[in-house]
Amino acid sequence: MRTLRSIFTGRSIFTGRSIFTGRSVFTGAALLAGAALLVSASPARAQEGVEPPSREWSFQSIFGTYDLAAVQRGFQVYSEVCSNCHSMNQMYYRNLSEIGLTQEQIKAVAAAVQVPAGLNDQGEPVQGPGTPASRFRAPFANETAARAANAGALPPDLSLIVNARQYGPNYIFGLLTGYADAPADIKMQEGMNYNKYFPGHQIAMPQPLNEGQITYADGTANNLDQEARDVTTFLAWVANPEMVERKKIGARIALFLILMTGITYAVKRKVWADVHH
Amino acid sequence: MVGLNKSEFKNPVVNWIDTRLPIFTMMQNEYGAFPTPKNFNYLWNFGALAMINLMIMMVTGVFLAMNYQPNATLAFDSVQHIMRDVNYGWLLRYVHQNGASMFFIVVFVHIFRNMYYGSYKNPRELLWIFGVVLLLLMMATSFMGYVLPWGQMSYWGATVITNLFSAFPVVGDPIVTWLWGGFSVDNPTLNRFFSLHYLLPFVIFGVTFLHVVALHITGSNNPLGIDVKSPQDTLPFHPYYTVKDSVGLCVYLLVFAIFVFFWPNLLGDPNNFIPANPLQTPADIVPEWYFLPFYAILRSVPNKLGGVCLMFGSIAVLFVLPWLDTSPVRSARFRPIFRKLIWLWIVSVGVLGVCGANKPEGIWVVLSRVGTAYYFLHFLVILPILGKLERPLPLPESISRPVIGGGPLPGGAAAKPMEKV
Repeated sequence: MRTLRSIFTGRSIFTGRSIFTGRSVFTGAALLAGAALLVSASPARAQEGVEPPSREWSFQSIFGTYDLAAVQRGFQVYSEVCSNCHSMNQMYYRNLSEIGLTQEQIKAVAAAVQVPAGLNDQGEPVQGPGTPASRFRAPFANETAARAANAGALPPDLSLIVNARQYGPNYIFGLLTGYADAPADIKMQEGMNYNKYFPGHQIAMPQPLNEGQITYADGTANNLDQEARDVTTFLAWVANPEMVERKKIGARIALFLILMTGITYAVKRKVWADVHH
Repeated sequence: MVGLNKSEFKNPVVNWIDTRLPIFTMMQNEYGAFPTPKNFNYLWNFGALAMINLMIMMVTGVFLAMNYQPNATLAFDSVQHIMRDVNYGWLLRYVHQNGASMFFIVVFVHIFRNMYYGSYKNPRELLWIFGVVLLLLMMATSFMGYVLPWGQMSYWGATVITNLFSAFPVVGDPIVTWLWGGFSVDNPTLNRFFSLHYLLPFVIFGVTFLHVVALHITGSNNPLGIDVKSPQDTLPFHPYYTVKDSVGLCVYLLVFAIFVFFWPNLLGDPNNFIPANPLQTPADIVPEWYFLPFYAILRSVPNKLGGVCLMFGSIAVLFVLPWLDTSPVRSARFRPIFRKLIWLWIVSVGVLGVCGANKPEGIWVVLSRVGTAYYFLHFLVILPILGKLERPLPLPESISRPVIGGGPLPGGAAAKPMEKV
């Protein structure tokens, strides 16, 4: 019994107060918090698919903004290519003012497409030219129509695609540039295409972007890398249109709170100055 | 206690009210002059922070509810409508979304502080039990809140968690059907979850009130874990602890703001940006981070009923913690073995959290079993035995005594004018 007791009191092992002094609870907590951050930052959550290479994006750093020229070029890529199969239901043409289009340009863009325009006097649904208040035109009336036109596959809505995929913009860019010939040991299913970064590597969508496919009005080089970059930037803006304002407000609030912390701490010191504790 | 209150307030209006309903006297007694141990460290901020966090959640929640549609076909788009079209809707929504995580961070620290300094021990057992009830209510509320955006993880998380009840023999399946309001998670489920998600915060508020009343009966514990012996050991709550809580509040708001404004989706799951689809199960169904340790305990047992019982048991065991811990010494500072073993328990919870985020394969199964075993071993074996065998360090005579130069304190309840300092 006595030996057992001495083991539990731990005198022999942990002599004195060593590092476990009064402040140890904070040291321990700080260490744990650090470990927790490491774990949450690493892609511990298992998911199928290959991690795409990491690229520099103007909008990813803490004060980063969208490269509006790239967003506009990306909108062109979306309009000419993606929008033939993919919807973007959360977007309205009026939202384009946020990326620098004028009201006239927006009206022209909207008027160029036919969107549902209510019922005629016979009660039949009719189409009409879009207005800035119209949602982006959806290529298919419904999911069944979309699947029928795409050999059973459903092109996902692109409104939130950058947020809805692990690795975000890197994944979108990787997917658009990751088409290749299937390795010999992979048996491709009928009508499927090999992609390095798509989970499972077999994707129904054929390679959407090719070298020189888009003619940019501003003369930007139209290689595949550029096209994919631009449309990824556009999709990132579509997914998080509030980001620039959010970071701007955040910087001010953080500065204010740092200042406030300092002032409050000084007041605390003063109030507590004559307390021995 | 019939009779008018003899109010000492000078202001005639305040005095008139206070004579008839002594709320001003109560506030003065409970938050002004309230004698509080003078040796709190910053871990004692977290109760006040939890209260403030609850307020933030209720205020943002009320405004979100004005723009949200609790309908399976509209819910996902209405959240995007809030994010894109409602003025500063993105701010409301990100504050509410990250506020849930902040709430759990704050409450977990608050619980840890209780465990480290033995605050749950006699006479604060009931106070602690109210706290565990609050934790359970928070878990229910946040779970149902996570279902409301009606994304893939909302839907499948709801499916997995509600299905846990089907593990119980005979009554299990009827219970699940009753919870769902149908034969799968669907519109009726979303409707009732929205209703309950709006209701439960008020229940939390009520239990918090009881929690605080109980606290003001027993008084606060302190880092030394010894009782207050004389007025020398205490300070009036205001201004000493109002200002110290304010420092903590500023830091808390800073961390909160950094999440909201710079990494609002860091703690979220990409799958929840995909609208709920009953026909397509995501590759991994992972709960929010604050549930991961419990999720790992659930999956550590190959038997479904066993896993469910262990998971509920992991919270239930907290209710009896005051009686499992047999040591009469509260603070870990004077318990040399406990002070180390409590960290081992924290590590086991951390390991369980990582296990919960990973697929239950290979090493993660082993680790989650070891973690689960230690989680319960700590409460059911170590704490009861340790209290009898451990030789605690000598306790200080009083809170004032161990302090070098700790002479008489600066007087009574009144705040000192700043100029004199």
